[in-house]
Amino acid sequence: MRLANRGMVDRNAPVTFTFDGVGHSGFEGDTLASALLANGVRLVGRSFKYHRPRGILTAGSEEPNALVTLGSGARQDPNVRATQQELYEGLAAQSQNRWPSLDWDLLALNDLAAPFFGAGFYYKTFMWPKAFWEKLYEPAIRRAAGLGALSGLNNADTYERAFAFCDLLVIGSGPAGLMAALGAARAGADVILAEEDFRMGGRLLAETHEVDGKPGHLWAAGLLDELASMDNVRLMTRTTVTGAYDQGTYGALERVSHHVPRSRAPLECFWRIVAKRAILAAGALERPVAFRNNDRPGIMTASAVRAYANRWGVSPGKAVSVFTNNDDGYRTARDLVAAGVHVAALIDSRHDGPDLPGVHVIKGAQVCDAAGRKGLESITIRTHRGEEKLLTDCLAMSGGWNPTLHLTCHMNGRPAWREDIQGFAPVPGMIPGLQAVGACNGSFSTAACLREGAEAAEDALEALGFKPAALELPQAEDDPFRIAPLWSVEGKGRAWLDFQNDVTVKDVKQAAVENFRSVEHMKRYTTQGMATDQGKNSNVAALAVLADVTGRAIPETGTTTFRPPFVPVSIAAMGAGAQGKGFAPQRFTTSHKASIERGAPMIEAGLWYRPSYFPAPGESNWRQACDREVKMVRETVGICDVSTLGKIDIQGPDAAAFLDFVYTNTFSTLKVGRTRYGLMLREDGFVMDDGTCARLGETHFLMTTTTAAAGEVMRHLEFVHQCLRPELDVVFTSVTEQWAQFAVAGPKSRDLLDALLDKPLNGPDWPFMACGPVTVMGVKARLFRISFSGEHAYELAVPARYGDALFRELLARAGALGGGPYGMEALNVLRIEKGFITHSEIHGRTTAYDVGLGKMVSEKKDCIGKTMSERDGLIDPMRERLVGLKPVGAVKQVIAGAHLFEVDDAPVRENDKGYVTSVCYSPTLGHMLALAFLKNGPERIGERVKMVDHVRKIEALCEVVHPIAFDPEGGRMRD
Amino acid sequence: MRLPCPICGERDRREFYYRGAALALHRPDPDAGDEAWADYVHLRDNPAGVTRDLWYHEGGCSAWIVVTRNTVTHEVLGAELAEGAR
Repeated sequence: MRLANRGMVDRNAPVTFTFDGVGHSGFEGDTLASALLANGVRLVGRSFKYHRPRGILTAGSEEPNALVTLGSGARQDPNVRATQQELYEGLAAQSQNRWPSLDWDLLALNDLAAPFFGAGFYYKTFMWPKAFWEKLYEPAIRRAAGLGALSGLNNADTYERAFAFCDLLVIGSGPAGLMAALGAARAGADVILAEEDFRMGGRLLAETHEVDGKPGHLWAAGLLDELASMDNVRLMTRTTVTGAYDQGTYGALERVSHHVPRSRAPLECFWRIVAKRAILAAGALERPVAFRNNDRPGIMTASAVRAYANRWGVSPGKAVSVFTNNDDGYRTARDLVAAGVHVAALIDSRHDGPDLPGVHVIKGAQVCDAAGRKGLESITIRTHRGEEKLLTDCLAMSGGWNPTLHLTCHMNGRPAWREDIQGFAPVPGMIPGLQAVGACNGSFSTAACLREGAEAAEDALEALGFKPAALELPQAEDDPFRIAPLWSVEGKGRAWLDFQNDVTVKDVKQAAVENFRSVEHMKRYTTQGMATDQGKNSNVAALAVLADVTGRAIPETGTTTFRPPFVPVSIAAMGAGAQGKGFAPQRFTTSHKASIERGAPMIEAGLWYRPSYFPAPGESNWRQACDREVKMVRETVGICDVSTLGKIDIQGPDAAAFLDFVYTNTFSTLKVGRTRYGLMLREDGFVMDDGTCARLGETHFLMTTTTAAAGEVMRHLEFVHQCLRPELDVVFTSVTEQWAQFAVAGPKSRDLLDALLDKPLNGPDWPFMACGPVTVMGVKARLFRISFSGEHAYELAVPARYGDALFRELLARAGALGGGPYGMEALNVLRIEKGFITHSEIHGRTTAYDVGLGKMVSEKKDCIGKTMSERDGLIDPMRERLVGLKPVGAVKQVIAGAHLFEVDDAPVRENDKGYVTSVCYSPTLGHMLALAFLKNGPERIGERVKMVDHVRKIEALCEVVHPIAFDPEGGRMRD
Repeated sequence: MRLPCPICGERDRREFYYRGAALALHRPDPDAGDEAWADYVHLRDNPAGVTRDLWYHEGGCSAWIVVTRNTVTHEVLGAELAEGAR
């Protein structure tokens, strides 16, 4: 029911919306909750477990009942709190957790079966048979108990994340927060003022208090105008600070565009705010009182009823009653009467409460029951005279206030119990650099809030080294907070504590009876406080009930504590930017475009994309292309982009000495203009990486690493230099992206290069492993005579900007010689035929000795990993060592990952003799070929072993062969 | 978490690569014996309190730094370049 002349909604801006398909109207400035109440909608949802009809309980983000689903399809947004959702034209909301309709919900049968569904019912009821849990019980329970559903489609909305830095973060914009922000801002500090609501002012918007002789909200508006005009202030509305972390870091969720129809704007932004100091001015949350059927739609917190009347001009009922145990509840009755709403009665559980003119105040009384299943119709009042019914359609209840101290608990701090407010309040130092002020510090009067805010700003300014600016404290009410504890009203039936998880007083008592007396155990046994409101409405009351039933005082029983986030944060917001390609960026070589044009399927190598093979007309599968490409390299010439290998430029007078220390073999003896294969160990003696290293000048080397280990090797080199050998004068620069490098491999590679290069190569200057500068069509390039194919081969490197052009030129020239490009499949076959290792072999558990390169660990010098590589266990001949395998039985298949056994042994773990690492079909040799690690392998060449793939159930008899299956003398690449 | 890189200033933890205890700076002589080497390569304390560990400013200046911090309070107490910290 809308009230005349009340509230801050814009009555000239009507807005239409639907709830469960029914059209309604509200005004700009409404929340979905205030608009529903204005339209007389009281039933808004069904409870989690019992499917009880539920209405709006609060007016903020702590709302446990009024959760709705907005939108549909990929943009379906479940569990939106109606109390936070701003109204916009065309908004379409659906109720949740009901079937077939909100009004007629079949699963409300659960409510009748409630005696079976009490605390711990899962543990007791669904014990056996064990197999039924996954198949029957859990799915059934999940269907019945639930919140809103996800669409199951990919999220179509965009999200962002952002960082902000400030001197002072003020959390909350009520009287305390505003004073703190103003004080700090006037002194020149960088201030961020974060407010969860869409409008700043906090409780001043919902109360009729005067500040400085003006209505509170007008005072706030004037102050906000000043703040908004200052360059050193950032005002952030719709921004909930969700967590407090180390070093003054705060997480915050900004709801960027939930308040408008879907646009291109991101839906939410997750902020990381780094603040030198912070002031928490988050206010307090009013708590309900537990009594029988206190969850009827129409029963709300007193502060919410007052907020709807004062801020939104809505009365949630025609005949409102108030139930309170403190003076604050009287404000609701007072404000309603002033707004012309009929207040049926004010029930004060205390005998010594004040009087209120024009209101029937019943002292020393309690509300002990409520009737009206889908909307409150009456309450039962118990006094010393007995029980009587009162007709009322809205009950405003106040059990006192809990300071909103959640953030102060996020670093494991424990708040302290305060008898005077019957609540927990933060103690200083729970979060370094954060000070709690005002209501969240247990100081409830407006004057106290203003004062503490101003003082905290001064403290912060002093700590930050600013000179405080003049700040006058405005006049405001300073009423004492008087309360007498009342947590639950005695009586039969179910009295609700946790509305969202359907936990009653009885459940908490049952937990205590079953000896779950610790608050942590009680929570888990009853699920109290474990719903999306995280116990904001119920933790303290549940603790008090537990204290009562176990005969302990509240502080003795335990404290409440909270973890981040303060409100639910969507994973999409926290992970913004990290979906799809944001999670795994793509790296493309300069030949990418030309390779795609030739129809090459791409394969991922780390973040890189490399061509798998280059299909030719008439080929129907990859093997045909691969076999052709291998043959092409062996017979004519092939081109392959090898730019993805890591390239590290190493310069300095001590470069050679440094390389001697990181490689197992010696590089100081390498001549300028020559390249050497190098092996690198980890300090524990196992192989880290391998690659070639070219000496371009006396003090200038170019190291190549494997594609996968490029980053790791760079980090390793910097570590060895800075941490172990800082006295060496040498620097490293990654040049992987700067050079495009292509292998030109095959018997006709020399012919191709002689025609391509500006000057033909002079044979004697270019023996195997030579390197040096050349020019290609006027472009300065580098040429290396190295081979990963076993053929006479070169690698030609040009600055990356020429990569595409050079690749196309190389392909054209290779084509004219009967050659062409080759991809990763052929590259792999070529190297397996030659027994060259990759990270399939140097996978982190193999030593230089294992891969047959033990002699590369120089005896004459120390190097990283040398000492540990000499341990007995690492040079034991019975280790699994590198061999080749070829199938010699009926089964011609060898499979990477399969294990090796003696021919007559059972293929069980105890008999394991090794495993296969790399496999190919060798078109050169005409059979399958593998590299494998076999115990004492090199001594067993010519013997037979059994390969067993337990997954695919394949066995093959194999002969152990030398790992270099093709051209073992290496004549083809040397000549 | 932010770390005070001696070259770049205070930077976000995500720019750094973590290695472990700064013990790694003290590489034994090749002939120091099995025990010294096993300690160096494998054994690390797990202190509740102040610890010194190595971080690499991989997303920044490439400096290896030794950060002193408290594993209990999460305070970062200081940082210095590894090459000067041995």
